[in-house]
Amino acid sequence: MVANTSTNPEGAAATSAAAAPASEPVITVSSLTKSYGEVQAVRGIDFEVARGETFGFLGPNGAGKTTTIKILCTLANATSGSAKVAGHDTRTERDSVRRNIGLVFQDTTLDTYLTAEQNLRFHAELYGVPKVAVMPRMHQVMDMVGLWDRKDSLVSTYSGGMQRRLEIARGLLHAPHVLFLDEPTVGLDPQTRSSIWTYINDLKRREDITIFLTTHYMDEAEHCDRIAIIDHGKIVAIDTPEALKASIGKDRVQIHTADDDAAIKELKDTFGLEAAVREGAVTFSVAAGEQFVPRLFTEFSVPIRQVSVSRPSLDDVFMSYTGTTIRDAEASGTDAMRAMAQRFRAGRR
Amino acid sequence: MATSTTEVTAAPGAEHLVGQIRVAVPEGGLRHDLRAAGIVWRRELIRFRTDRLRAVTALIQPVLFLFVLGTGLGALAGGSLPAGISFKTFIYPGVLAMSVLFTAIFSAASIVWDREFGFLREILVAPVSRASIVIGKCLGGATIATFQGIVFLVLAGFAGVPYNPVLIITLIGELLLLSFTLTAFGVMMAARIKQFQAFMALTQMLVMPLFFLSGALYPLSGLPAWLAVLTRIDPLTYIVGPMRHAVFSHLAMPAVFEQRLSPTITWDGWGVPLGLSLGMVAVMGLGMTAIAIAEFRKTE
Repeated sequence: MVANTSTNPEGAAATSAAAAPASEPVITVSSLTKSYGEVQAVRGIDFEVARGETFGFLGPNGAGKTTTIKILCTLANATSGSAKVAGHDTRTERDSVRRNIGLVFQDTTLDTYLTAEQNLRFHAELYGVPKVAVMPRMHQVMDMVGLWDRKDSLVSTYSGGMQRRLEIARGLLHAPHVLFLDEPTVGLDPQTRSSIWTYINDLKRREDITIFLTTHYMDEAEHCDRIAIIDHGKIVAIDTPEALKASIGKDRVQIHTADDDAAIKELKDTFGLEAAVREGAVTFSVAAGEQFVPRLFTEFSVPIRQVSVSRPSLDDVFMSYTGTTIRDAEASGTDAMRAMAQRFRAGRR
Repeated sequence: MATSTTEVTAAPGAEHLVGQIRVAVPEGGLRHDLRAAGIVWRRELIRFRTDRLRAVTALIQPVLFLFVLGTGLGALAGGSLPAGISFKTFIYPGVLAMSVLFTAIFSAASIVWDREFGFLREILVAPVSRASIVIGKCLGGATIATFQGIVFLVLAGFAGVPYNPVLIITLIGELLLLSFTLTAFGVMMAARIKQFQAFMALTQMLVMPLFFLSGALYPLSGLPAWLAVLTRIDPLTYIVGPMRHAVFSHLAMPAVFEQRLSPTITWDGWGVPLGLSLGMVAVMGLGMTAIAIAEFRKTE
């Protein structure tokens, strides 16, 4: 599970087999590193993404997700290693890569002083979309994200969610083979986030496309066929969400007791389990949780008021592979990222 | 899907998809580059058209220079001017050059702005040569700045400059050249300077000395040696000179006055021909465009 490449994941098998048997991977990354001065943002990663797959990079801010995307999109050069997208090298065949990819960045890259249609037309001309195809295709992609009737509005009048949808439409305009979504829902409210996901999932039905996305939201990673967990510039695990969760092999048990401190002590003394108070309940991980609960009632002396057993979430997966929760990793990672950003700016001046 | 009729075909290997419109992005080439440069150029015009305030504010400064400074200082300068020629007429070509100065630089500043607001990324990940982007940008800035100059050109009559067609066309051509070179200068700077404030501070710091040293407000004859040298180093001198020459050749005045007020630019006594003067400005503009292209080719 902790290996760097996994071949033919179940999620991708169906689509790629239908298209072309044993098709080449759409993205191939090997031994990729990227340093900004002394800061190593990416420390040697390897992975492949199959055609038609939705592949997610999951990790805290500053883990190297955006840097990897920038390299794959030809916006940055790798320090060492190589990356191929749609069969083209990202360093030596930049324009070929660019023709085959669509991009949605975490910060808006729309011209808010232009209308939605003007933004898309700009994109079409820049990508050389054949003139006869511009109008119908523009109509199609804007319909897809429900913005066709607002095409003549200035983008500055759009809400954050509408702008993100317009960016997705624009990223699809030239019919790319790979769509890169860098934190597609960051900064949006929960309702808008879920609507963005409706559009992204709908895409797979309409377009022959491979999606590469980054996120630091655990629940969003569940939408992916496969996930790579990235931490401190390295991939620590890569597999389907289900397989990753199964790989931990432990369930999460939460108990409400009359005396939490006594319960934690007894769990350690009697069962050898490490427990802690999380979300107001004594929480611990144990294999085969349902079978453990009856033992708990017979052998435990502290009165128990309530018990819940849950399957591991990706939170637990992240925790088990990195030894920290994604939120804690972010809290400590922010400083490192800020330092890197400063160095990065200084270097470019 | 009302508009998509014949184009609706499934891409090979993707027959399960609903109504996929086949879009084949071309393999590059000159036509694609021209389209890309064209849309970058057109965006400048759209942005300029929707920003009327910018056009008005850009006009205020030259109007102040011409009518307030021109009238005020005119009382002092009157003695050294021939009859029928006012100080306003004298400074008109220089102030006309000034009227495009800020618009051209400001249009280049939008690159810095686009970088801060992300739009530059949209441009930089496009499968198109950096040259077409830079050239489209420079021509866009040149077009709107020239347009700004033409608006100021309408006021020529108030400064005693005749509306002679040959003169107007000559001046527009020179404005276009000046605007292009200035935008190229701005784009070159914007390729390196990433902060908007820094860009504005630096360009303002450079533009004012360039303007003052160009002889826009005083004749280049009879200057002290140090100032004479500085005026010859200033690139703007080589466009303001020809512009003034164009205006003065359409005014009736004794030759002595023309030689004193609109002298030929000299290098150590050698008179620089007008063609060479304009040619240098053009070469400078092209050179800075080339530097800007090279800068945008770099990847982090």
